[in-house]
Amino acid sequence: MAGLISRGFLGRRRPAEVENRLPPGQYLVTDFPVLSAGPTPHTPLERWSFTVEGLVGSPVTWSWEEFQKLPTQTYTVDISCVTKWTKLDTRWLGVSIDTLLKAVQVDPAGRYVMAYSDGGYTTNLPLEEMVNGQAFVAYQFDDKPLDPVHGGPARLVVPHLYFWKSAKWIRGLRFMERNQPGFWESLGYHIHGDPWKEERYSGD
Amino acid sequence: MVQPVLEWQAGRVTAIRPETRQTKSFTFALPKWMAHRPGQHYDVRLTAPDGYQTQRSYSIASPPERLREIELTVERIPDGEVSPYLHDVLMQGDELEVRGPIGGYFVWDVRLGGPLLLVGGGSGVVPLMAMLRHRAAQHSTVPTRMLYSSRSAEDVIYHDELDGMAAASDGFEAFYTFTRQPPAGWTGYRRRIDAAMLAEVIKPFDKRARVYVCGPTLLVEAVANALVEMELPIEQIRTERFGPTGV
Repeated sequence: MAGLISRGFLGRRRPAEVENRLPPGQYLVTDFPVLSAGPTPHTPLERWSFTVEGLVGSPVTWSWEEFQKLPTQTYTVDISCVTKWTKLDTRWLGVSIDTLLKAVQVDPAGRYVMAYSDGGYTTNLPLEEMVNGQAFVAYQFDDKPLDPVHGGPARLVVPHLYFWKSAKWIRGLRFMERNQPGFWESLGYHIHGDPWKEERYSGD
Repeated sequence: MVQPVLEWQAGRVTAIRPETRQTKSFTFALPKWMAHRPGQHYDVRLTAPDGYQTQRSYSIASPPERLREIELTVERIPDGEVSPYLHDVLMQGDELEVRGPIGGYFVWDVRLGGPLLLVGGGSGVVPLMAMLRHRAAQHSTVPTRMLYSSRSAEDVIYHDELDGMAAASDGFEAFYTFTRQPPAGWTGYRRRIDAAMLAEVIKPFDKRARVYVCGPTLLVEAVANALVEMELPIEQIRTERFGPTGV
């Protein structure tokens, strides 16, 4: 259905330069909504680590202290949540996935990644959509340590996909041969999740 | 798990019922109705004459036992784009595009059993009501408690129905707390939900409780954190945020 006209609905228009940055069906927010399926984990930094494992030569693990010594970049990106909100120009500090992958030898068969988090959350991504500056592990938002409700101490950020792919409370990446569904992908959400193609739910 | 493809369909408004000053319930007859799981939501899409579209998600308030139609309860957000349209413009007989049901984690049905603790704040009670209506329709006696935070008695959605359910003595009890204006003579809770209140309400269930929490972020965070402190297993705690994102 192309769209049944809603009698008497005109809609809230934004300036074209804003409207053009909103993927289909999305609306602009200026606050930062919080969505999560369960309690917010509170892992102490001395017990935090980040691991790259699976189809790699040998797994690598960084402690929080070691992770802080990795080169960082600042990112200003637009983010879109499948629950329909889009937030423009969010500012993050984080470590590029490219930087992390310099420390491991990825098996050529490992074309897919399962990001996994404290609390048991998982989400799947194709490796080719995480490299070349497309994804990073963030630990600051707006020049401040990332709030636990927004995924702190560290979360994955993959701005070009719906934000459920940007796993909060991330603890590692597991390389896989086949694309396997993560948490929401097993519960009816799209396996890929491109907001510009409106890949919200399975079958979209 | 095989998932059905969710297509947009034109739902016809068959009833609009005011619930409180800020909330109304809308019943839609659906040509391609599908049984939902209590706790799931529908997406709503509005289209302007020039093709401009916007979408929002709203929780289903009705139980799956109500066939061929769904009821959505929507809070009117004064500066919202969609909820004022639904409240002020939409009329019985109108058609609105919807698709669903959506969401597979914040769900409960009688097969999951209990004991069940439902914690809601404001319009966060809506998906919890679908669970309670389903429980009642199934004549379930699963021990169930609801802790529901509202500003005042006038803001309690489904108040009479909840009291009616509690009066059925089938294992369901409702606990209210009022954060701004408790009713005259109120002897119950009159503060935001905190760890002490939660400990009292959860007491008979202890760590066996399956808990569903829905409301504003601060409420959800406070409740979920308190439950973790009580050493409730995290897989028994399911949360959903309701608030400004639902405008």
